[in-house]
This record gives sequence, structure tokens and C-alpha cells, in this order.
Amino acid sequence: MSPKTLYDKIWDAHVAHEADDGTCLLYIDRHLVHEVTSPQAFEGLRMAGRNVRAPEKTIAVPDHNVPTTPDRVHGIENPESRIQVEALDKNAKDFGIHYYPVHDVRQGIVHIVGPEQGWTLPGMTVVCGDSHTATHGAFGALAHGIGTSEVEHVLATQTLIQKKSKNMKVEITGKLQPGVTAKDITLAVIGETGTAGGTGYVIEYCGEAIRNLSMEGRMTVCNMAIEGGARAGLIAPDDTTFEYVKGRPHAPKGAQWEAAMDWWKTLYTDEGAHFDKVITLRGEDIAPVVTWGTSPEDVLPITATVPHPNDFEGGKVDAARRSIEYMGLEAGQKLSDVEIDTVFIGSCTNGRIEDLRAAAEILKGKKIKDGMRAMVVPGSGLVRAQAEEEGLADIFKDAGFEWRLAGCSMCLAMNPDQLQPGERCAATSNRNFEGRQGRGGRTHLLSPAMAAAAAITGRLTDVRELM
Amino acid sequence: MEKFDKVHGVAAPMPLINIDTDMIIPKVHLKTIKRSGLGVVLFDEMRYHDDGQENEDFVLNKPAYREAEILVAGDNFGCGSSREHAPWAIKDFGIKVVISTSFADIFFNNCFKNGILPIVVEEEHHVILMEDAHKGENARMTVHLEDQQITTSDGVVIEFDIDPHRKHCLLNGLDDIGLTMEKDHHIDKFENHAGQARPWV
Repeated sequence: MSPKTLYDKIWDAHVAHEADDGTCLLYIDRHLVHEVTSPQAFEGLRMAGRNVRAPEKTIAVPDHNVPTTPDRVHGIENPESRIQVEALDKNAKDFGIHYYPVHDVRQGIVHIVGPEQGWTLPGMTVVCGDSHTATHGAFGALAHGIGTSEVEHVLATQTLIQKKSKNMKVEITGKLQPGVTAKDITLAVIGETGTAGGTGYVIEYCGEAIRNLSMEGRMTVCNMAIEGGARAGLIAPDDTTFEYVKGRPHAPKGAQWEAAMDWWKTLYTDEGAHFDKVITLRGEDIAPVVTWGTSPEDVLPITATVPHPNDFEGGKVDAARRSIEYMGLEAGQKLSDVEIDTVFIGSCTNGRIEDLRAAAEILKGKKIKDGMRAMVVPGSGLVRAQAEEEGLADIFKDAGFEWRLAGCSMCLAMNPDQLQPGERCAATSNRNFEGRQGRGGRTHLLSPAMAAAAAITGRLTDVRELM
Repeated sequence: MEKFDKVHGVAAPMPLINIDTDMIIPKVHLKTIKRSGLGVVLFDEMRYHDDGQENEDFVLNKPAYREAEILVAGDNFGCGSSREHAPWAIKDFGIKVVISTSFADIFFNNCFKNGILPIVVEEEHHVILMEDAHKGENARMTVHLEDQQITTSDGVVIEFDIDPHRKHCLLNGLDDIGLTMEKDHHIDKFENHAGQARPWV
């Protein structure tokens, strides 16, 4: 048998039907659902008189729209947001799918809740009407975002019509330097490949620096595979994965655990398997990075300066000019001189316990700069509870951060947490697009530790100076 | 779904690369529970000033392009989120074909589900089409799906590739779910088999 990649193995295990032209029906093991991309899909089912084929494999949680302030217990003020969340409440009930409503302590960002509850397991196919579904690839699960028509397709048939992507390997060799995190890895990779570099591929991340990451770090890396254009990102499961999964509410138990482990241990890329594209970065070469522009590929070490549009070629010259103008920067300006007024720590990229620990480590005993608006939004109610138990919440609050309830919050500004025009935010989220955090808002992506450092100094800051 | 055959219409140029889904439709417009009516907010933040007035410089606000049915866009069009509101807005505006040198994966898939034809062309052909699109209301291109050909206003013919299954579905306006449900027995068989092999799923 010819050697297979991890992607090949998971793909092959899920093909329910293959047509002569290679179009496959891929069986879906877990379907995650949130309130923004699902109402039209459920409506479609109702109109056609169809049912959810596998409600036991379908998990819903509201996250994009929900306010993160304590007063949300009194309901959602914005009528449109409220209607979407109420629609999800009703759809979950009517179709009998698993549901974590707003008031449930387990509620949070769908990509944090899935792994936390043990819904996400190695070797699975996982989809959600959200591009950051790539997050679940950290478990060696084939996970990707889908549109609403495909949400409806999966609800009705538990399959997707798919053609196989190509295999791409991203290897991070060696060890990371102090102050460098999973977020810096994933941003550095996109800086290297560009936002279209992964288009048509499924990426497998490997190498010593990836192996040494915790599950939280691996989720951060895979989360942004989509920003590099890839359909999905994968990391082969290992003892770190199995330890994380074991004992979670929906993880297999007893004999089933043993049977699962037997299969999970075969989920790695065989020696000699073919990759269509290979990128290798040395872990030692990766610095703490920030984005300067309005595309996640606009990545530079914090020690660098804002580039000049003419440093680029082709369409990127105009794009860079537009970005620099939108961001209110000057070519040649030191990134560490860029003053910020807002700090956002949270999102499906960096809203897990380890992210909060990393930020708190920098903030301990310090205060944020006067006038700074800083907020921490834990990725789930359980992350929040754990952070409170570990004393992290007090560190954030003492430093001057707002301590919020779980949700997508300022990552995408569909809820009350938004930037005003011209405001500049150091954000641990995943997209720095124009208007992403609010119309006219300016976003610099960075790691939680770097965000904490920026909150203290009031400007983009090399976290290594505060360590 | 409506059958897709031939489009003969004005092509609007948007040479900017990496046009993301937040540009195509900002999140404030994702709060609908319907698929229709989003054309008016297509490219919202580029198309309207902060006070809600139209930005005269934006291509789709220019008299020549207000009825555009084809969009010739820069590389990596549709990157970012999975929101199907992006193709819904494009379709609702009246655009039926988007041409670029590359598309983001999810957006590309979403187009086909909504009767929009995304066409990937080589750089050299992209230059010709972009130039043609800049000719304003004289930029009437023809996109013929059956023949897989784009004809510029000057009569230059450019061929394009498309997945045969997707072409078939577009031409016949087929509903994916209906098609898949015809293969229900394959799904049943897979579930039985997988249920035994991986009972923990």
C-alpha cells in the first residue's frame, strides 16, 4: 500500500460515495452550529419538510452575537441579535440537537466549546458554518468551515459534496525563543506563504516546535490555517492530544476509549508520503510578530518598521498603499512606536486558559496605561471559571482590564464590543481586515503576551522587554 | 435554483487584491435570518460614506456599472469568513459571474450553491478582461457556460475550466441536497460500517 498522509487517512475513512469524476460524499462526524450562519439552513429544512439526519452529532451554541457584559442575563438588547439567538434556541429544540444556551456555564465560542466538551476527537471530520473551524485540526481531525447552503446539506444528509484537496506540509523545526508563542508561529507562516498560499491545500503542521506545543497552542496554530487560504490545518495526534481528550464529557470511556486509541495511534503521515507543497521555518528564527496592514499576511517582527508600498510587487503595491493609509501609519515608522488605545484579549484564536495565563504573567502587579480600554473575553464560561479559580481574573482586574463573559466579542464586532472609527486595537484575534472590529477601526494582530505588553506601555511593544 | 446558461452584460473592474468577505458584506448585515435583500449593502463600507451617501468613486456607483452582471476582481477574491451572505449579496445585486486569478476556497464553493459562476483565469487573460471591464458600459462581455468561453467586447475569446459536476448542476439548476438524498443508501451503508469500526463517534 502506498504511504499516506494524515489527511489521506482521515479522508479515506470518511468517503461514503465516490463518483467517477472524483466528486465524493464525505461523511461528517461532528457538525457545530452557531446563530449567524444557521437560520437560513434550518428554514430551508422546514420549507422542504426535511429533518436533521443525525441530531446526536450536531451541537449548537450562540457565540457571535451575544453581549459579553454581565447585564446580558437580562436579555439581548439589539433586536436583530436577539432574533438570531432566539431562532437558534428554537431550532435546537425543534430538531433535537445538543445545545448550550447563553445562560449555560458551558456556553462560549463554538470552537472552544467543541474541544472542551470532548465533541472534537482525533480522526473525525468536523464542520461548522464558520471559517475558523480549522481550529479543531489541532486534534488530528479534518475540520473546516462551510457556507450556509452546506450547513443545510450536512443537517439533511450528514455529508458534504467534496473533492479532495492537495497535501501541504508546514514544518517548524527546532525550539522557540522566549517570548515567542503559537500565535507568532501561525502569523509567521502566513507572512511567509501569503493569504492565498494555502488555497487548494490541507496543511499538516509538524516539526519539533509544533510537537512541543500544548493543545491550546496547537489550536491557535490550526485556527489561522484559513487565513493562509488552506481548507484545513492538521496536527497528528500524540500523547499531548490523548491526555487533553481523556475524561472530557463526550470523549469515549472504558473499552471504547481503548478501541479509539488503537485507531488514533495510526493517525500520522507515513514515511515517504507525498506532499504537493512543503514550507519549512526554523523555530529559532521566529520573533514575536505583529500585523501592520489589513491582511493577515501583513506580518513583521515587532522590531521592524512599517514597509513602503514599493517594497512589494504586482497588486500588492496598491493593496499595501491602501492598507497603510487605512491604518494611519507612515512607511518607515517603527512598529514599536505605534500607539494604541484598545486591547482585546480573547477569540477562538486566543481565548483559552493558556492564553489568559500568558497575558496575566506579563500583567501581574502592573497597571495598564491611563486611558487605555482593555478587555479580556474568555472563550467559554468554563475557561472563565478556571481563570477565576487560578487568580488570573484578579490580575486582569487589578491591572485595569474589563473581565467579560464568554463570546466572540470584539473579534468581529457583531455584538456591542466594537471599535469606533480611527481607534487602534492590539488584538489577539485572527483578522485585521478593514472594518473587522468596527467601521474605521484599526487592528494589529498579536499574541496574548504581546497584547498584555501593549496594554501596559500604550504602544505596540516587544514583550521580551517586559520579561 | 435558477438554471445558468449564458450571461451577456456589463463587467465591472475591481483590481484590488485580497477583497475579503468583510469588504463584500460587513458583519452588521449578517444579522438577518433571510437570504434575500442584501444587494443594497454589497460592498457597503466602500460603496457608502459614513453618512450613508453613495461614494461616487466606487465602481458600482458609476452610471456605467450600476447594472453590472459580471465582476472582474483582483487575486484571492472572497478571502476571510465563510459567510454565505457574501454571495447572497452579490447575487441580489445582480452579479452572476465573478472572474479572478484565484478565489478563497469557501467563497468559491458558496458561489456554486447560489447560481453564481466564479471563473479562474490565467494572469495574461485576467489583464485582457480587466482592461475590457474598464471600458464602462461598452464593456459588454459574454460568458457562455456550456462552451466554457468568455468573449470580450472586442470579440476576444478566452476559454475557462470548470469542474464537470459543478457545471452540470449550474446548467440544470440542480439542488445539491436533492441529489445527495438520491444516494441515501450509500450514506446508510457508510453509517452502518463506520458505526461498527468507530462506535465512539
